Amino acid sequence: MRRRVGIIVNPIAGMGGRVGLKGTDGAEIQRRARELGAVPQAGARCALALRAMAEEGGAAELVAPAGEIGEAALAEARLEARILRDLPPPTGSAADTRAAAERLRAEGVDLILFAGGDGTARDVAGAVGTALPLLGVPTGVKMHSAVFGTSPRAAGRLAARFLEGAPSVRLREAEVMDLDEAALREGRVAARLFGLARVPHERGFLQACKAGARADDEAALDALARRIAREWPSDRLMILGCGTTLRRVKRALGGEGTLLGVDVALGGRLIATDVTEAQLLRLLGAAPAGIVAGATGGQGFLFGRGNQQISAEVIRRVGRDGITVMAGQNKLAALDPPVLHVDTGDAEVDAMLAGYMQVHTAPGQRMVMRVAAPD
Amino acid sequence: MSDVTPREYHQARWNEPVVMELGAPGRRGITFAAPDSAAAVGPAADLLPPAMRRKSAPVLPEMTEHDTLRHYVRLSQQVLGMVGISLFGTCTMKYNPRVNEALGLRPQMAEIHPLQDPSTLQGLLEIVWNFEQILKALSGMDRFTFQAAGGADAAYTHVCVTRGWLEATGQLGQRDEIVTSIQAHPCNPATAAAGGFKVITLPLEEGGYPSVEALKAAIGPRTAALMINNPDDMGIYNPHMKEWVRLVKEAGGLAFYDHANFNGVMGKIRARDLGFDACMFMLHKTFGGPKGGGGPATGAYGCTEELARFLPKPMVNRTASGFTLDVPENSVGKVREFMGNLHIVMRAYAWARGMGAEGINEASDISVLANNYMEKGLLAIRGVTKSHPDIGGPRMEMTRYSLGTLKEETGIGVGEVANRMTDYGVDAPWLAHEPWLFPEPFTPEAGELWSKEDIDTWVAVVRKVCEEAYANPDLVKSAPHNAAIAKVQGEGCEDPARWATTWRAYLRKHRGGAAQQAAE
Repeated sequence: MRRRVGIIVNPIAGMGGRVGLKGTDGAEIQRRARELGAVPQAGARCALALRAMAEEGGAAELVAPAGEIGEAALAEARLEARILRDLPPPTGSAADTRAAAERLRAEGVDLILFAGGDGTARDVAGAVGTALPLLGVPTGVKMHSAVFGTSPRAAGRLAARFLEGAPSVRLREAEVMDLDEAALREGRVAARLFGLARVPHERGFLQACKAGARADDEAALDALARRIAREWPSDRLMILGCGTTLRRVKRALGGEGTLLGVDVALGGRLIATDVTEAQLLRLLGAAPAGIVAGATGGQGFLFGRGNQQISAEVIRRVGRDGITVMAGQNKLAALDPPVLHVDTGDAEVDAMLAGYMQVHTAPGQRMVMRVAAPD
Repeated sequence: MSDVTPREYHQARWNEPVVMELGAPGRRGITFAAPDSAAAVGPAADLLPPAMRRKSAPVLPEMTEHDTLRHYVRLSQQVLGMVGISLFGTCTMKYNPRVNEALGLRPQMAEIHPLQDPSTLQGLLEIVWNFEQILKALSGMDRFTFQAAGGADAAYTHVCVTRGWLEATGQLGQRDEIVTSIQAHPCNPATAAAGGFKVITLPLEEGGYPSVEALKAAIGPRTAALMINNPDDMGIYNPHMKEWVRLVKEAGGLAFYDHANFNGVMGKIRARDLGFDACMFMLHKTFGGPKGGGGPATGAYGCTEELARFLPKPMVNRTASGFTLDVPENSVGKVREFMGNLHIVMRAYAWARGMGAEGINEASDISVLANNYMEKGLLAIRGVTKSHPDIGGPRMEMTRYSLGTLKEETGIGVGEVANRMTDYGVDAPWLAHEPWLFPEPFTPEAGELWSKEDIDTWVAVVRKVCEEAYANPDLVKSAPHNAAIAKVQGEGCEDPARWATTWRAYLRKHRGGAAQQAAE
């Protein structure tokens, strides 16, 4: 059967960037962006991706909502598509993206190719979850999520290769991140993990021909998670951070735990999930404790992004030696420069954490990473 | 750079079956009169225990000598061979002089048996001993063993020696960590892990190498050893190595110099002068022995007198009455059968004697010069960038480049470029060890062998293919066009249901069980 790909464009994504507005969430900011002379560019960048997809030999059927949120980019790319004309009239808000994503899911498309930034990724992933693969054409200001192609053309080519069933393209779970734009305008960077998406990923040339050797971090991290769960002292509390890496430890402890929350284990099983700072401080009064934390991909944040429940006070009481950091070797290798960051809001704790730290990458394997405190 | 037009090339293309499908029942190469052994020892089968006797004859192709020869000639026509322009980085591809090959094949070398009495091997042992003196002079170490059958085996030898040393000094169990860098050859962390050690890896920082501070955070009372190469295969030399070694030894660990990239520093630095306890050379690359499919390898492992008592057995010693084979006091045993690939030692000895100390020193200069000449040409090509572009100064004997820009702008990555390069009759370049720290990496190494014309030709091929990637990406994407096999589909290698490493597995997985039974 001919494969189908749904197209969604967030026409205003990226408008804030060139006029220094750090994103376009909210009608007021959009109005200011236009006043400052921002020009919509998402449609043009999406058209670049669509051209690249067509040139790659994509024979998939294109399905798109009418108007600026889809149809226009297809016209710019001079490509035929089936246009959905029965969606509610666009409101210029996130609701447009969500409505389009839900409708495309109902159409049974094989992939949603969307043009936007982190906010758009959040809206699409919020509507379709991990039921449907999605791939982002990068047009936004904030792009911390691991769902975007490295450029519009790269996204288009990857989409085509996925749709034609290229064996080197696989689906992987990727973290959807979003920043708090209001905080960003106040000069604070506060990204948080929003959820998961399934995203096509092309493995490198070498890796595709190498028998048995998986270059991705998954097997190493699963083995490491089991090792940490097994060797943790039974009378010591384990405070587990959030994200997919830490979820491996939570699963190794026999539970599901929370993807986005901080959980606590004792005696080899989870005893509390999605805890608050106050709950952690109470537990710390009852038993000795250690923290197992991961690092955010792309930015390399250890503390202060998404896991603020593990507060400066919690870290102070556990102490630097009580912290175990785990992260995949490829994730660490992709950090440029190879530095981890902390931003706990407490200069003293940040200074305590700063310096070099050994990060576990697999059983019996560690990488020495520099931890930087905010300037 | 001279303006060179790449040579036109076309490989032979035969639809050649595998040898298992050739021949006919009863065909033979040469038939000899049956030996009259049965009269002396009875039926040959009776010499084997019943459980080990075959129930049916092995399924082997039955062919004439003539057909066999033609089969393999046709196969050889379908490869680039070992005589193209091969700038395969980190491998230091060198021409193997025919006179050295002839020496290695002399009956005094080829027809001896490792179980012969040492008194009948004196000439060979003298060569081994003499060559050891050459490597001692190049490294400052006190003893060398040639038993390891390659660089990774030599790294493993170091891990074994480290264990022996820890045991003898009562530190085994306490010191269980080996420190290395993300740019060290993967055999260093791999052999450390195989030897039961935990591996601590240092990432690259400003300057293109790990910082002294990162090293300090990695070493301590658990440190067993540092295993490191320098320069790394991006061509960057870590100038703080002497301090690194001092810090590791102060922490109580051993320092091992993986001299895989020796070509750029031959005759310039000695591992011992930097404080190292041990080092390793690869005779099959740096010292002119055949490399890759051309022959077996030899990793020469050298160490200080303090560690020599742990070396694999036997060691060649010179006494008043001749050369002897002796077992070191606390020998770790064997890392390879007998004494290793001594015919490679023979070739390396011939190479080193032919070059002389001054020649080796000059070869190092030429290899660095050639690399920096090549760099000028490669960086002038649209789509090509250099690793750590912000780091100034010349690189050593190789440079890592990236085709990330080309991939971004054309969709053509280093894999496709490598395929297309073979259409011009040159070998594809080495890419990079994993993890890839730069996108779409490739790492050529000119060495002292290749002429200016060869380097110009190679660069011209890269330029031509990159231009094609912009002008006609489909031409590159579907390459090679002039090779015997258009494209190898790699994904079968990842599928246990499809991969087949034996003929029997191939029949079972691809021809169905019935065909297999018929064949058996």
